[in-house]
Amino acid sequence: MSQNEETQDRETRYELNKGLAQMLKGGVIMDVTTPEQAKIAEDAGACAVMALERIPADIRAAGGVSRMSDPAMIRGIQEAVSIPVMAKCRIGHFAEAQILQAIDIDYIDESEVLSPADDVYHIRKRDFRVPFVCGARDLGEALRRIAEGAAMIRTKGEPGTGDVIQAVRHMRKMNQQIAKVSSLREDELFEAAKELRVPYDLVCFVHDHHKLPVVNFAAGGIATPADASLMMQLGAEGVFVGSGIFKSGDPAKRARAIVQAVTNYQDADLLASVSENLGEAMVGINESEIQVIMEERGQ
Amino acid sequence: MNSLKIGVLAVQGAFIEHEQMIRRLGCSCVELRKASDLAALDGLILPGGESTVQGKLLKELGMLEPLKQQIQDGLPTLATCAGLILLAEKIENDDAVYFGTLPVTVRRNAYGRQLGSHRIVSDFKGIGPVSMTFIRAPYIEKADPPVDILSREGNFITGVRYQNQIAIAFHPELQEDPRIHALFLSLAKEHASHSAQE
Repeated sequence: MSQNEETQDRETRYELNKGLAQMLKGGVIMDVTTPEQAKIAEDAGACAVMALERIPADIRAAGGVSRMSDPAMIRGIQEAVSIPVMAKCRIGHFAEAQILQAIDIDYIDESEVLSPADDVYHIRKRDFRVPFVCGARDLGEALRRIAEGAAMIRTKGEPGTGDVIQAVRHMRKMNQQIAKVSSLREDELFEAAKELRVPYDLVCFVHDHHKLPVVNFAAGGIATPADASLMMQLGAEGVFVGSGIFKSGDPAKRARAIVQAVTNYQDADLLASVSENLGEAMVGINESEIQVIMEERGQ
Repeated sequence: MNSLKIGVLAVQGAFIEHEQMIRRLGCSCVELRKASDLAALDGLILPGGESTVQGKLLKELGMLEPLKQQIQDGLPTLATCAGLILLAEKIENDDAVYFGTLPVTVRRNAYGRQLGSHRIVSDFKGIGPVSMTFIRAPYIEKADPPVDILSREGNFITGVRYQNQIAIAFHPELQEDPRIHALFLSLAKEHASHSAQE
């Protein structure tokens, strides 16, 4: 391929990867640790699953270094379901990402839930043909990840806590900053790019379109249909549910309820009926009670 | 065309992109999320997304049977990607059948996982060369007359029309070219003027 064709190919690839995230919108992406859980998630209406060895609540409880999952375990999940399968690699660990690409993963989550491998650099995600989703607490983080090649963004709500406060904080902050950039005069955008520490052309995109250039999901601490509705009403385009499902009393029923809540997030009557008799929600830990703050990883 | 009201299935997937395209062409849209949304439509769009999720929600929300009836009664329908799977009479690698109103056999995830997603330029019957975006796409393995084949990629069928249903494996809503949506709206317009005469 000539250099021109290569650039063209890379741009097309990025469009296709952003496109897959668009197809996931209005859906629920569920954390699963076994093929059986993956099947339960698919049957309940998950639009994708995140394959990982331990769900965030257990990672938090176990402590220690948390790494990419065993490829054999991920393959088992790929074989069990027909929906897209995602997997996590450590922040900055491009070799883990290369391995995930080699096993034909549908999306890589360069995730703060695992122990970071690099405290300075994120993965140069433009080098990959598979898409990446990354967490972001605000517009600056989101646009930095997009500049590196992320094709999808999610909030960085504190995983494994069942506490939605941080996802809410991140979504509100993002919306406020997008509104602010949108309201600026064009000659003020250079200064905005400087303050946000992001490329000027991405600030221009946000200014012109009043949104991020990629799909934005909510993640972290979502445990109930009401949590999912809250995040959708705040502007999330879909939700990730991690520990909230398989740490609850009746995972299949709760999963189904959250799927319906995301579709009809503005219909309080339907939300009331799907929220009935779901059994025990995950226990949860309050933000102020936790020791390890994962959202501060990778800025 | 301004008075046309197009229903866009909005239970999951890339429905907003279709709505933007329809509005650009001067028509109005209504999002279909529950059975009570289904009244008085001039056309129906089944968007891309995950067919398993959409099919399940269609059933749970009581929309499958009433929409199927409307499609069978001649409601002009445009289906893309997951929408094609919902319409198909038979899915080669899956036991599920959803609307089953389109007499074709489709294969889900026919090009494999995300690394098999691709874009090509190919001919679309009655339109000419069209840029086509395939994302974890199905293709049609078998379509016999009177199903009209609109587009192919090699040996695979990627677009068909059968009576009031246009079904394609790719995503015109992700690109700027509005010609396929315009073709669909011309069916909807024709259908609306027929209904008005009756």
